Amino acid sequence: MENDNAGGLSAAELKDLRCVAGMMVPASTEYAVPGADDAAIFADIVNSLGRDLGDVRRALSTLSSLAGGAFAEQDVSRRETAAAAFRERGGAEVAALSRAVLQCYYRDDRVVRSLGLEPRPPFPKGHTLEQGDWSLLDPVRARPKMWRDAP
Amino acid sequence: MNETVDVLIIGAGASGAAVAWSLADTRMRILCLEQGDWMKPTDYPTNGRDWEARLYSDFATSPNRRARPADYPINDDNSPIKVVNFNGVGGSTIMYTAHYPRLHPSDFRVRTLDGVADDWPVDYATLEPFFAENERMTGVSGLAGDPAYPPKQPPMPPLPLGKSGARFANAMNQLGWHWWPSDTAVATVEYEGRAPCINLGHCTPGCAQGAKASTDITYWPAAIRAGVELRTRCRVREITVNEHGMASGAIYYDADGVEKFQPAEVVVMACNGVGTPRLLLNSVSGCFPGGLANSSGLVGKNLMFHPYAQVFGYVEEPLDSNRAPPLCLWSMEFYETDPSRDFVRGYAFQFGRGIGPVTEAIFSDADGRLPWGKDHHRVYRKLVGRRIGLSAICEDLPEEHNRVTLDPVLKDGHGIPAPKVDYTLSSNSLRMMDHGIARAKEVLAAAGATNVGVHSPILNGGWHLLGTARMGKDPSRSVVNEWGRSHDVKNLFIVDGSIFVTSGGVNPTCTIQALALYIADSMKQRLATLFD
Repeated sequence: MENDNAGGLSAAELKDLRCVAGMMVPASTEYAVPGADDAAIFADIVNSLGRDLGDVRRALSTLSSLAGGAFAEQDVSRRETAAAAFRERGGAEVAALSRAVLQCYYRDDRVVRSLGLEPRPPFPKGHTLEQGDWSLLDPVRARPKMWRDAP
Repeated sequence: MNETVDVLIIGAGASGAAVAWSLADTRMRILCLEQGDWMKPTDYPTNGRDWEARLYSDFATSPNRRARPADYPINDDNSPIKVVNFNGVGGSTIMYTAHYPRLHPSDFRVRTLDGVADDWPVDYATLEPFFAENERMTGVSGLAGDPAYPPKQPPMPPLPLGKSGARFANAMNQLGWHWWPSDTAVATVEYEGRAPCINLGHCTPGCAQGAKASTDITYWPAAIRAGVELRTRCRVREITVNEHGMASGAIYYDADGVEKFQPAEVVVMACNGVGTPRLLLNSVSGCFPGGLANSSGLVGKNLMFHPYAQVFGYVEEPLDSNRAPPLCLWSMEFYETDPSRDFVRGYAFQFGRGIGPVTEAIFSDADGRLPWGKDHHRVYRKLVGRRIGLSAICEDLPEEHNRVTLDPVLKDGHGIPAPKVDYTLSSNSLRMMDHGIARAKEVLAAAGATNVGVHSPILNGGWHLLGTARMGKDPSRSVVNEWGRSHDVKNLFIVDGSIFVTSGGVNPTCTIQALALYIADSMKQRLATLFD
C-alpha cells in the first residue's frame, strides 16, 4: 500500500480518514465552526495519532469493507450506512477513531471560542471558583454522630 | 558491588516516601530504589493545549496504554476492572485525584461488628496520631466537624463548593442525606513552600502548580534533606535471602539496564498491591520455593479494588466543568452496615464537578449520546460544561480467588514476569453497586439533572490495589504481623496497600501513608530487638 508517511497512513487512508472525520463533525454555518476535515484540524489529527495509529488503520479498513470499497470513494448514502454499522459494532477501533478526531477538533481555537471558552492551557492562569454558600452545611452539622464505635 | 545499607526501601510512592522520611531520624543509612524517574512540573499536561488528549497517551492511567519505560505491563484481561497506576518518584500520588478520606473506625473491626472478613490487628485509635501526622506532612484541606468521623482537624480550609458542589449540597439537603466537603490533598493556601490551588482542574495527571500533594514534593524533599538516598530508574527484579532465611538485599537493573546487587540489613517493600506480590512471587529460592514471605500461601491473594458505580447527568446551566479540582464533596450516608439492606458493609459517594470539552466529546461519543453528522453540534452544546456526576466507591471484601500471580508469558522491558490479575465482582459488591446507582439517581434527580448515564463498574477504575499481603497476628492467615514485619522473614517489611485486611469504602492513600508512618514508628521503637 502506498504510504506518504503522514502520521504513518497511506494516501488512501488519509483520504478515508478525512472523509469520515468530516462526516463525524461537519462544518456548521449555524455555529460558525469548521468541520473536523478542516485542513488545520485534520493535520493535527494525523500528527496526533500516536498510540492509536494501529487501531485507526484497522478502523479505516473496516469502514471500507463495510462500504464495499474505498470508503471515501463511495456515495453519501453508502458511507452513512457503513458508518452507522461501524459505530454499532463498537470496540477498540471505533473508540480509537472517534478519539483521534474529537481530541483534536475540540482543542482547535475556533471551536473552543465558539463554545465560549478560552483557547489556552489551564496553567498558568488557572480558573476562578466561587466559594459557595457554606450555610448549606448547617443541617448536616446538626446531625448526631454517624460513625460506629469500634471495640 | 554496592555498599550495604541499613534499610533498603523499594518504591518511592505514597508509602515508600512516608516510611523513608520517618526512618530518617534514626540516622541509619537508608536507600530507596525507584523504577521510575523524577517528574518535572513543566511536563505535566496542563502546560499545553493537548492537556486532555494526554490522558490517552503518555499520561494514560493504564500502564498498558501509557507504556512509559518506567512502566511494567499488567495482564488484567481476566478482570472487569483494569489496573491503573503511575511509576515514578511519587508513584501513583503523581496521578491521583487527591481525594483523601481516612478509613473509619468500623473499617478495622468488620468481623466483630458485621461478621464478615477479618478484623485488622490495628485500630483507628492506634493510627489516629499517624493520620494527623501524615495530614500535616501531606498538607490536607478540609473542614472539621464532619459527623461521619471522630473529631479531626485538617490543616487547611476546604476547597470551595463552586457551582457544582452547591448544586449537589442542595440536592443532598433536600433528601436529608449526609454530605461534607472532602478532605483533599490539595493546598488551598500557601503551605510549607507549596503554592495554593489555582483551579487548573485537571488534577489527576500531575499538578503543574504544585498544589496537589504528590510525595515527590511532600515527603521526599524532607527525607532527602535528612540523608535518605533515592536512586531512580532502578527496577528491582527480586529480593535475595541468605543462608539463614533473612533478606540480604535486592537484585535490580540500573538506569543503563545493568544488573546490580544492593545488599541491605532490612528490606522494606512499598510497591503497591500489585507490584509487591509480583516481586515477592518472583523472589523464589531454596528457602522460599513458593515466593518470599509466602508460607501462608496468601501472597497475591485477596486482591481488593473498590468497585466504582458512576452515575452522571446533565443540567441546564453551565457548571464548574473541568475548571476546578474534580472532586468536591463526599457522603457517608450509606457507609455503615444497615441490616435492612441486602448487602453487608457500605460505600461512600464522591461527587464530581464535571469534565473538560474533549473528555465530554469522547465519553459521550462512546456512550452513543453524541451523534455524528449535522446534529452533532446541537447535541454537544447541551452536554459540554453541564455534566455532574457522583460515584459510589464500594467496599470490596477480600476473596482469595481475586489474586495477583506471575504471568507465564508476558514480561517487562527487563524480562521480569509481568503480574497477572484475576478478579471477579462478588454478589455482595454487585448488590451494593445497584443500591448506589439507585441512590445516585435520586441525588441527580434532586439536583435537576436529566439524560442520566451509568458506568458500573468504571472500567479503568482499579486505582486502589489492596490486600495482597495482608497483615494479621496469625501467620497462617496473614503475610505480615501487626506492625508490618513478615512472619517468615524477620528483616522484611511491607508498608503499602497490600497489607490492608479489608478495603473500607473510601480512597486508601491517606490510610496507606498513616500505616507506613505507624510501621516506621514501630520499627524505631524496636530497633534493638527488630529481628526477634
